[in-house]
Amino acid sequence: MAEHIEMAQPGLAQAHPTMPRLAGWRGFFADWASDQRAFKNVSWMKAMMWIFLLSDTFIFSCFLLSYMTVRSSTTVPWPNPSEVFSLHIGGQNIPLILIAIMTFILISSSGTMAMAVNYGYRRDRTKTALLMIATALFGATFVGMQAFEWTKLIVEGVRPWGNPWGAPQFGSSFFMITGFHGTHVTFGVIFLLIIARKVLRGDFDHERRGFFTSRKGNYEIVEVMGLYWHFVDLVWVFIFAFFYLW
Amino acid sequence: MSQATMTHGTAASAATAPRDTHQQHPIKLYLVVWGWLFVLSTASYLVDYFHLQGYLRWSLILIFMILKAGLIVAVFMHMAWERLTLIYAILVPPILVLVFVGIMFFESEYTLFTRIFTGAGS
Repeated sequence: MAEHIEMAQPGLAQAHPTMPRLAGWRGFFADWASDQRAFKNVSWMKAMMWIFLLSDTFIFSCFLLSYMTVRSSTTVPWPNPSEVFSLHIGGQNIPLILIAIMTFILISSSGTMAMAVNYGYRRDRTKTALLMIATALFGATFVGMQAFEWTKLIVEGVRPWGNPWGAPQFGSSFFMITGFHGTHVTFGVIFLLIIARKVLRGDFDHERRGFFTSRKGNYEIVEVMGLYWHFVDLVWVFIFAFFYLW
Repeated sequence: MSQATMTHGTAASAATAPRDTHQQHPIKLYLVVWGWLFVLSTASYLVDYFHLQGYLRWSLILIFMILKAGLIVAVFMHMAWERLTLIYAILVPPILVLVFVGIMFFESEYTLFTRIFTGAGS
């Protein structure tokens, strides 16, 4: 029995010389519940967030892929995003200007978030919380501008099944992709504010237990929050390139 | 690697997080990346503003996109300082999506062909 284990997992057998190999499902669960870590020295919070982001990457990949598929298979010309998303400012049409401003706002929010993570590890409560609130404000501005953009397009007659300028697939792709992204930003803003409040209250200095998990938190949660927020910015980079500029 | 990143950090207590997860870089690094992201975004906006077309447009959009994504993942998300195991586990699967892109592009060309050939659908 012991040789069996040693052959299969030499490293583990030494650490747990008496660990039995159980048959069937019991063994399956025992293996997964044992002390096996692929990401050594990476905290579970960070590893889990990365794995979640990976799954989210696949979701957005599927949206962008379906957009590519409908756009390249339609016989009707695709509406020109440059004109569709132009704004009439000061007597002339500026192409794509709203989207460009939204891009800069989201990048700025990523910048403030990165600095919040940095100050979090320095245990600077005030600066961390203020930078997180600034990030949340940038995020809320982004969502507000997106709501403006949706309203403008809906008034102009864009629907998921048709629009005045060309291929009807334009509307469904637009609402699906930007809608899902906007939802991500909205949830990010909510969680930024929750964690900013915890930072400001000193939860991570006094090791106050969380209301939901009853576990002691630490400043790493700011970085994990940052990972999610940067991901939202990252997705926008791809949406901006493929949907608005292509 | 973790020790290298620790050395130029300021008065940070290592007790807040496990080793390797503790990221401490000068603020200036983030500001420089922030600046570059602005420059790259402006550049990709100008691609549209000056109505560049065809392969020039597509290649410029892709280059700026990849550079921006790389900066965000490497510096803002600290991927450049993570363990190789984590980097591969997270970055390799999305690259495999390119196979899916190929499949769906092939499929959409076929759909387009049948639509033109039979005159049905749009």
